[in-house]
Amino acid sequence: MSFVGKPVERVEDEDLLSARTRFVGALSFDNMLHMHVVRSPHPHACLNAIGVDRAKSVSGVVAIFTGSDTRELAPIGFRRVVEPELSLYQQPVLALDRLRYVGEPVAIIIATDPRIAEDAAELVTLDVECLPPVSNAVAPGPDDGLGLHVQEAAGIDKSYGDIAAAFEAAAHRFSISCEIARQTAVPMETRGALAVPHGDASGFDFYGAAKVVHANRAELARILCLDPNRVVLREGHVGGGFGVRGELYPEDVLVAFAALRLQRAVRWIEDRREHFLATNHSRGQVVMLDAAVDHNGVILGLTADIVADQGAYLRTHEIKVADLSCAFLPGPYRIPAYRAQASVRLTNKTPCGTYRAPGRFEATFAMERMMDTISRVLKIDPIQVRRRNLIPASEMPFDRDLTAAGKKVRYDSGDYGLTLDKAVRAFDFEGMRKSAADRRAAGEHVGVGLAMFVEKSGVALRETASLCLSSDGSVELVTGASSLGQGLETVLSQIAADSVGLDMSDFKVVRGQTDRISQSGGTFGSRATIMAGSAVHAAGQLFRQAIIKRAAELFDAAPEAVHLQDGRLEIAGQPVDLSRLHMGNGDNAPALKIETTFDAENVSYPYGVHIAQVSVDPDTLQVRAERYCIAYDIGRAVNPDLVKGQLVGGAVQGIGGALFEEITYSNDGYPHTTGLSTYAIPKMADIPAFDVLVLEDWPSPTNPLGLKGAGEGGINAAGAAVAAAVEDAFSSQLTPYRLPMTAPYLFKLKTANERRRRQLDNLSD
Amino acid sequence: MTTEQMSGHISFKLNGREQIVSVDTRTSLADELREQCGMASVRVGCAQGECGTCTILLDGMPIRACLLLAVQADGAHVQTAEALSSPDMLARIKRAFKKHKALQCGYCTPGFLVLVDYILRRALPLDEARHVLSSNLCRCTGYEPIVSAVADLLSSRGDELGELQ
Repeated sequence: MSFVGKPVERVEDEDLLSARTRFVGALSFDNMLHMHVVRSPHPHACLNAIGVDRAKSVSGVVAIFTGSDTRELAPIGFRRVVEPELSLYQQPVLALDRLRYVGEPVAIIIATDPRIAEDAAELVTLDVECLPPVSNAVAPGPDDGLGLHVQEAAGIDKSYGDIAAAFEAAAHRFSISCEIARQTAVPMETRGALAVPHGDASGFDFYGAAKVVHANRAELARILCLDPNRVVLREGHVGGGFGVRGELYPEDVLVAFAALRLQRAVRWIEDRREHFLATNHSRGQVVMLDAAVDHNGVILGLTADIVADQGAYLRTHEIKVADLSCAFLPGPYRIPAYRAQASVRLTNKTPCGTYRAPGRFEATFAMERMMDTISRVLKIDPIQVRRRNLIPASEMPFDRDLTAAGKKVRYDSGDYGLTLDKAVRAFDFEGMRKSAADRRAAGEHVGVGLAMFVEKSGVALRETASLCLSSDGSVELVTGASSLGQGLETVLSQIAADSVGLDMSDFKVVRGQTDRISQSGGTFGSRATIMAGSAVHAAGQLFRQAIIKRAAELFDAAPEAVHLQDGRLEIAGQPVDLSRLHMGNGDNAPALKIETTFDAENVSYPYGVHIAQVSVDPDTLQVRAERYCIAYDIGRAVNPDLVKGQLVGGAVQGIGGALFEEITYSNDGYPHTTGLSTYAIPKMADIPAFDVLVLEDWPSPTNPLGLKGAGEGGINAAGAAVAAAVEDAFSSQLTPYRLPMTAPYLFKLKTANERRRRQLDNLSD
Repeated sequence: MTTEQMSGHISFKLNGREQIVSVDTRTSLADELREQCGMASVRVGCAQGECGTCTILLDGMPIRACLLLAVQADGAHVQTAEALSSPDMLARIKRAFKKHKALQCGYCTPGFLVLVDYILRRALPLDEARHVLSSNLCRCTGYEPIVSAVADLLSSRGDELGELQ
């Protein structure tokens, strides 16, 4: 019996459906205290003094800490090594003498009850001198009136090929400017952290951990000057991640700091308003593209100029998102000459980090808008123009001649044209277009758009897993990877069952506990199934051999007489319970345990096609996604249903990003978007009908199972596909270059169009 | 603002059992249920009535427990996703959610279970069911598998009702 490749039910679901859950908000310890964070109400100010005396006198308040207490703590560092001068822009865990965004932590109140802490916060006074804020990352125009320059934290410059020659040789030149608004992930569980100090003050247990527990352990230990082995991160259930959850934030350090100082457990649970001010934002890019194109629509050269609105500080991901935009903008297209420059600029807003398909959602939107622009102007079919630019399968593996976050980009395998053909056929793209055209002829605004993309998956190329036989005959599978809800336990159990020869139900998965395994890269960048899965696969093969060897020794049999298959252990035809192997020949026998580390040779690159069909209300200009199709080559799907779940879930998030999601600030730096009524995420009524084609045409050569990642392929091209569909819905009379395509944005485009047309009419009169 | 809070006792039925609990007048029903009554299914996603994660049944009607004060539940029958309206209903809905993989992280799931219970008891047609389900937010699944689970439950309603009688 094989489990890999089957859409088996999830092992997580019984606990989740029965509320046998360990979300951090439901955990509590004896004598536990509660933290409330006092946050800056100002976008930009000098902080002269903080008045805490009245708040301290509130009954139930145990302690108040401000920047003067935490001044010695190093700011949270970057996870990769970058230019040292970037550390200038790291965020202190509590503001020192300057406030740089609304929501910046200024003080923490520790009390016996969270409500008391929140009440006391109202009594804290801030003596400040307000400064003019920078609220626009794109250089302010002459009538901005503030006289400010926008501070560039870093510039990025990547290129290959002869750009000047490409533009000289080109028959056509296309310039577009695309904008992607600030957005954020909005997991349904807000963040939370709970630190329980060890009795001797040498360390603490930290609950509410997620995503990258080993990296966060090292960083917490560094900041708090502790032995990393005395800092134990414990992941329970996590209510969604999408990139933002599980990064190390000031509040995580502060909870641990307070717990160590007070020698009591301290818990902090973010509320939703705080979440919109405190948790990483993302996107927020302007991408200007200039393409040199021949008369067949083939791109000879492309330049990209990107401005990223980073917010007030560089957090754990420093300038990586803009770097990824630069690296992955060419996507599946050959583009013989390319140059990308990015400017990462600081503004008085919440700092940005990664959000599902970081840098790629933005880059794919811009690249695919360029493809549709070329198609429209040169009157070449959108499928044709793409086909002419695709990297052919014969050139795989394909060296991109670029680096992404410091590593060379080398597409491992694939046939982009084949997937395009399959998508066009399977979803009857021509039929969809014809039916949309018929409906347009009948007066409706209906359109169909297509977008292609390449994703990256399996970054951080090392992962460890262990398998250990328990006394009851079950096998404990330990991974340091994290489950943010995607079904990691299920997938790892499937892989383990096949490689050992046992049943999925024989495995008990332990994840995200730093004291249980020595190493893990964590869960991000669509890596968990590939990396933790490959480590489990390798451990499983060794574990199988170890079982057979132990059984042969114990029962005095030849190894060939031992059969382990389909969850049954047989020795010379007689079934033997696995639990009998637990202690072997006596109490001194070593435990049957295998721990092994898998190193991948490279990142793998899944890819695919999105097709969106939308209708637009002619009066309100509200866009409705009617149908959405995804073809995605994942190399090998461990659980096709879970892959589909990732793709559909990601696509709906992407449709939200394409149509409504936007974090806005007033011109003077105050956030407008502080809740789910002002930041609209898709509801069930907003979703289209889905068709998903999970393809396994090109297994990845980077790992033994041929795996590529599923996490981000659903969102990557959603902005691009929906924009193409909106353009088609208006018969290309209206060409959106901005996300989200809200009704006010489309109204602006429409009125500008109408004005232009009137002017033309007047001229011809 | 004073931190001296009024408090007192209320009694209500929780998943069929009488409860007498002490409450602060300012405590929300959601906080009371999860902190004092140990209902792990009651989770707060926004505390502003927008996400529906904390949805429970109050006298059979789905409501957002974060928008009600605990004192307002005095004398009411509260049912949470731990029990729903009956053990059979709970088992059926759980089965359908597993089969259709209608949950990922599971944080918002209890709120959806409560809505589905209501939908099945009212035997709402699927389009009305979608309307009801649109009151809760999920960020993982994209909703499609939840719709499939509910469609499956609604279409099998007749047979299973027979079973229950």
